[in-house]
Amino acid sequence: MALTLMKGSEAIAEAAIRVGCRYFFGYPITPQTEIPEYMSARMPQIGGTFLQAESEIGAINMVYGAAGTGARVLTSSSSPGVSLKQEGISYIAASEVPCVIMNVMRGGPGLGSIQAGQADYSQSTKGGGHGDYKLVVYAPSSVQESIDLMTIAFDVAEKYRTPVLIAADGMICQMMEPVELPEMIEHKIDYKKMPWAITGEHESDTHKRAIINSLYITVEELDELNERLQANYRKIEENEVRYEAYNLENAEIVVTAFGTVARICKSAIDDLKEEGINIGLLRPITLWPFPYEAVHKAATQPGVKAVLDVELNAGQMLEDVKIAVNGDQKIEFLGRYGSHMPTAEEIYDKLLQMRREF
Amino acid sequence: MVKFTVNEELCKGCGLCVRACPKQILRLSKTKFNAKGYHPSEITDVEACIACGSCFRTCPDSVIRIEKE
Amino acid sequence: MAVVFEKTKMLTDAPYHYCPGCNHGIAHRLVAESIEDLGLTNNVVGVAPVGCSVFAYNYFNCDMYEAPHGRAPAVATGLKRVLPESLIFTYQGDGDLASIGTNEVVHAAHRGENISVIFINNAIYGMTGGQMAPTTLVGQKTTTSPYGRDEATCGAPIKVCEMLAQIPGTYYAERVAMNTNANIMKAKKAITKAFKYQMEGRGFTIVELLSTCPTNWGLSPVESLKWLEENMIPYYPLGVYKDKGAE
Repeated sequence: MALTLMKGSEAIAEAAIRVGCRYFFGYPITPQTEIPEYMSARMPQIGGTFLQAESEIGAINMVYGAAGTGARVLTSSSSPGVSLKQEGISYIAASEVPCVIMNVMRGGPGLGSIQAGQADYSQSTKGGGHGDYKLVVYAPSSVQESIDLMTIAFDVAEKYRTPVLIAADGMICQMMEPVELPEMIEHKIDYKKMPWAITGEHESDTHKRAIINSLYITVEELDELNERLQANYRKIEENEVRYEAYNLENAEIVVTAFGTVARICKSAIDDLKEEGINIGLLRPITLWPFPYEAVHKAATQPGVKAVLDVELNAGQMLEDVKIAVNGDQKIEFLGRYGSHMPTAEEIYDKLLQMRREF
Repeated sequence: MVKFTVNEELCKGCGLCVRACPKQILRLSKTKFNAKGYHPSEITDVEACIACGSCFRTCPDSVIRIEKE
Repeated sequence: MAVVFEKTKMLTDAPYHYCPGCNHGIAHRLVAESIEDLGLTNNVVGVAPVGCSVFAYNYFNCDMYEAPHGRAPAVATGLKRVLPESLIFTYQGDGDLASIGTNEVVHAAHRGENISVIFINNAIYGMTGGQMAPTTLVGQKTTTSPYGRDEATCGAPIKVCEMLAQIPGTYYAERVAMNTNANIMKAKKAITKAFKYQMEGRGFTIVELLSTCPTNWGLSPVESLKWLEENMIPYYPLGVYKDKGAE
């Protein structure tokens, strides 16, 4: 398959289309607007639907309406817009409707900035909306990985009947990289696999009346829903954890980082390796389910003297790293606020400074 | 000939049918009440019923059923 | 013996949770019968709001959605884009549509979204126990306007049909009531017409049904109809506010 040079947001949009997404509802917000722009041009070419909603609240509710039919539906936004979508996301999770949501994170809080950020980690993984629900959250660190994760996201969403969040950042969407796109597939709704899907047809022996709802006014009914959701989350935690281990053998320090920041850490790690200093990287790809075991194993590996968590926020994934390490290793933190991307040199210097304190 | 039935268990005794009946032959029962404690509607003179459906149309709970020869 | 009047199969057997005399039940029957009359029982999806009719998914005997408060028109939009041949309707109260959901319904209308909105205006928040709604009349007492709605601080009640009729994408907008048999029959005609227009792909249609709320108005069901006639209809005149099909 030939590689094509593509801008992140357009590659992501095309990837969704290639895996059968035919409905996109969005709203302009930097730095993800090229996704709706691309969709507005591309969807009509393939008989799909692009709709610019009145707001992100409108958009997520259109997703909720469309995805309840079993169709593959995507929406994308950036941090403030994703905050507006939280109530809708909670409804979608509670109604067990599969869909994919993109958050191209930017600096925050408030209006923040338009450059890349990672400060929506907690919102994404601890639940930004109300109630006990989780989102499967993927954090790509390259345009190619974003494409690959789009395929996985729709499959996982349908397999577990859950909304899935792809938490990219402004850099991924704005940079261009040579990528390989998946083959185009026509997604056919398999009503046997999706008996819950809305069709509008009369109740018959092949179609039970479909109700997409999250209101359970009696205790027992709500318990039943929550137990079903929690059991589902345990299964996801068991089967869907993804991470990348890089250069962990004989590591003196293990760096934890995700998304594009992890790539910058790799540059520092590669530079140090040339000087005979071995630093490892443990990069969560699923921010939820978080790779607790893998992080603990790496952090307590013989020869490892410390963990360095590097993030583009004030220390959000840091909390999960602490849970994972569970006090069995020293942890240091190098954080930058949104849009203030750390440089490889800064990480390089920090690692050397940590080594001096061993 | 008219057959007039009220699903007494679902009637909430709101009285809208009583008000709407042009023949004024409906009333809320004084003796019966359903499991929810409502006095259901009842017809006093089925012979006078012209099956116009005024009661049926205004009934919020669709508890009235009318058959006609 | 032929059955002349009986409950339509388009409604389930579930008993309504609505208060005695609440007009929601009448509106449900009119919607259900319209669907049946148009032969659409095998091709329809409804979207319930948040409010007294949040449980509408238990009552309409078809595929149903329950939408977040105010967002039914957006949910219906998503649905309609996937099922363009199906009848898609939202069923919303005045808190849902005329307060939190105004943005959604205005933009659905502006898009000329081919959906039908059944809008129940009872000038109050019912489910939450009788608070002032955007449609509450000036001077009307509610639990959040205990001295009567004061126009100086809360403005005048919102006239939805008049507002949405201005929007080019709105094909048909009529306000009806259910206080008399004649009006109930007119209301059904309006709903049937809205659904017919939708199936003809005409664009956005809305029927606003003035409705009583005996419990929160503090009146009996019969007195409520009287209050509606004397107070709501004068401020919310019944009639067709737009009907491109009739022009």
